Amino acid sequence: MAESASPFTQRRRTWKDRALDHGFHWLSVVLASLVGVVLIAILVVVFGGSLEAMVAYGFNFLIRSSWDPINNQYGAFTAIYGTLVSSILALLIAVPLGVGSAVFITEAFLPFGIRKIIGGMVELLAAIPSVVLGLWAIFVMEPTLRPLLSDIHETLGWIPLFSTAPMGPGMAPAVLILVVMLLPIITCISRDTLDQVPVELRFAAYGVGSSRWQSIIKIILPAAISGIAGGVLLALGRAMGETMAVTMIIGNSTNFSFSLLAPGNTIASMLANQFGEADGLQVSALLYAALVLMVLTLLVNLLAEWVVRRLRLHYS
Amino acid sequence: MNILTSHSPEARSSSTCLELENVTIRYGRQEAVRNVNMRIPSGKVTAFIGPSGCGKSTVLRSINRLNDLIPGCTLAGRVIFQGHDLYSSQIDPVQVRRRIGMVFQKPNPFPKSIYENIAYGARINGFRGDMDALVEGSLRQAAVWEECKDKLAENGLSLSGGQQQRLCIARAISIAPEVILMDEPCSALDPISTGKIEDLVRSMRGQFTVVIVTHNLQQAYRISDLAGFFNVIPSSDGFSKVGVMEEFGDTSQIFNAPRQDTTRDYVAGRFG
Amino acid sequence: MQSPSNVHSKDDLSVHASRADFDSAPLEYNLLLKHNREGIIYTLLAGLFASSAILPLLLVLGYVIIKGGSLMNLALFTQLPSPPGLSGGGIANAILGTFVVTGIASLIAIPIGVGGGIYIAEYSSSGPFSVFVHYGSNVLAGVPSILCGVFVYLIVVSTRLLFGESFSAVAGGLALAVIMLPTIIKTTDEALKLVENDLRLAAMAVGASKVVTVLRVTLPAAFTPIATGALLGIARAAGETAPLIFTALFAFYWPEGLLRPIATMSVLVFNYSIMPYEAQNQLALAASFLLVMLILLANLLVHQLGRLARG
Repeated sequence: MAESASPFTQRRRTWKDRALDHGFHWLSVVLASLVGVVLIAILVVVFGGSLEAMVAYGFNFLIRSSWDPINNQYGAFTAIYGTLVSSILALLIAVPLGVGSAVFITEAFLPFGIRKIIGGMVELLAAIPSVVLGLWAIFVMEPTLRPLLSDIHETLGWIPLFSTAPMGPGMAPAVLILVVMLLPIITCISRDTLDQVPVELRFAAYGVGSSRWQSIIKIILPAAISGIAGGVLLALGRAMGETMAVTMIIGNSTNFSFSLLAPGNTIASMLANQFGEADGLQVSALLYAALVLMVLTLLVNLLAEWVVRRLRLHYS
Repeated sequence: MNILTSHSPEARSSSTCLELENVTIRYGRQEAVRNVNMRIPSGKVTAFIGPSGCGKSTVLRSINRLNDLIPGCTLAGRVIFQGHDLYSSQIDPVQVRRRIGMVFQKPNPFPKSIYENIAYGARINGFRGDMDALVEGSLRQAAVWEECKDKLAENGLSLSGGQQQRLCIARAISIAPEVILMDEPCSALDPISTGKIEDLVRSMRGQFTVVIVTHNLQQAYRISDLAGFFNVIPSSDGFSKVGVMEEFGDTSQIFNAPRQDTTRDYVAGRFG
Repeated sequence: MQSPSNVHSKDDLSVHASRADFDSAPLEYNLLLKHNREGIIYTLLAGLFASSAILPLLLVLGYVIIKGGSLMNLALFTQLPSPPGLSGGGIANAILGTFVVTGIASLIAIPIGVGGGIYIAEYSSSGPFSVFVHYGSNVLAGVPSILCGVFVYLIVVSTRLLFGESFSAVAGGLALAVIMLPTIIKTTDEALKLVENDLRLAAMAVGASKVVTVLRVTLPAAFTPIATGALLGIARAAGETAPLIFTALFAFYWPEGLLRPIATMSVLVFNYSIMPYEAQNQLALAASFLLVMLILLANLLVHQLGRLARG
């Protein structure tokens, strides 16, 4: 903008003034670009560190399940499988529960005051540190659930998913603690999206004689689908990258097992357990796994953005 | 408070469709409208006129219990439809809305196909006839068939504002309600679309009981048989304002020989 | 039920539907109608779901508050943790450490984040750079926190970048700062966008330069939402563990300076809850209690701030 050239300017701004203006502008540009710099630096550092393992194992790394620091043989299949299975299973349980809760909170089943209190409580649950959830899982949840899991093993043991006796930490408790973690995220995002569905659309749905649930299922939820789907994908990203609660309860075994009752591993928990003490090729192998995790979460987050954009309701 | 509910001989002669008795509506503790009494005859077009904030839309939404969706909104008094008090605890608001349809201020088609906009309401109302014929018939009657007969699969939101509003009218009449409520249906539309909708409303007379809120006095004069004039007056506590119905009667009487001074001032364009 | 609309619609050819084509039901609520029966089932189901979303909260909070709260004593706040296997001791160094590391993270992340937020809200047009910053911020928010720890470990710890020291409070603070940054940027951006544009125009109209407008007018107007967002970001960071386990590491002694390893409550919870010793488990529980209290307090404070701002 050529402010100083404008005929309406009564006095020329001093060079100090303009230097300050420019200086501040550029300072904000620099600070803003730091985000991108950090992001790229993370990618570069992780990628650079994993090169050695990439050269050594190539894509076989992704499908081999042996993790043997003594003989320097590494394959991340167990951890990748654990990451995907734990987060997807957790999501399958948490999505219906979370979306159902959000509907219950938003769609006037309860007096306004109680709805607000429940909403606040769910937000609070989202703020509980995952390490505290992990502690609760170790001290309370897993011991309480073990008899139930044993029963499942005894009756359904012929299914590979339940083929081992529960010995304590394992994939199943990790999935459940992930559900506890994801529920408030999905509930909050779904609630916010449902709140944004225009009141005109609610009027339209009820106005033609829909019952409350007909309106919810046929009109309101479809209108909110973009935000909910985006929230679900963000939750998936969080689940895949979640470290503490999972590390504390999954058992951290690098041996592959189909059984949900056996100890397992995720990329994040493997990093938490081994990265501090690893050296040599093991560091590189861990970084290769970290790169896989990074790419997975990146894809899921980009997909979330795309979904929100693509499915957004164009309501005038 | 002086409330006049006058009825011309013509209004009394046809059967009463809706009756409001001492209706007072509150948002939380705040009174929005107070002591509304009126008798709306079947098959006529009744217009609610008055300055903004006088509660005419609130009264309109109370007739099909749509205010139930607004947190904190309560109604005292009685709204009687075919001998039923709509606010008695035995009444199912869903059934009420199936018999008393509504068209809103802002066109609000469902974000679905044009066809589905009509079919959805029919389906949930247990329609047993030929769906294609119903869609075509409703769109024809709402004078929007020619414009969308070739794109029934397109999203209702892709239509222009005026077309969307006629689609909404088609949606309302498709389920054969007895009453249609219209809340300033033309306020967001251009004059040509407005004219089309006015023609439509006139054509609905006899078949439906229409209650229409409008801030357009000429429109009320052109299309309505009866008119209720709402005004906003200072509340008894002196701090807030409350809506009241000052006068109700034949449209020609309200416009040509109003009994209340405020009505005369309003229809003469001196305020509002 | 009579259907009076038929009375005047029979002879009108333009009407294709009459009430006779539809299910007719009386106006009274009827439990036998399909949609009413379904509605009750759905409502019960949704209520069940909502309770299942609240129940874990109550269980976790109840457990941590009752069990952890009962462990509160003075020694906890004054003494060092006892070595594994021995009982007694406190978590004083971890409490101090959490404040130190979170403080370092805030000092780094808040200025950068607010500056970045100012850029997005006040300067950026729709050019590729602003898209880059916007997306970058979103993507960074999605990066798993353990990777931030790995990143800082590789850049700062393993290279001994900071005066030849490896694990340190500063390294931990850096890792937390990376996690806080996107939150602060987003909060600032959203808060500034809520400021009425008239305010900016008014400032410009009296001849204020851009920098004066931003620093004296817009930023103060957006202070409360930025402060609340920052506060929640700090509370969240205080509970983060993954980025600290190989940056700040842990220590059994008092902090020896910002360039040495430091204990934090979150890492203490992790280390001590997986130990097979009762006494250490108790310390972990006590630290969990304090962390949860810290977060509750921050949320309450935010609530109050919001109420104050609304007047």
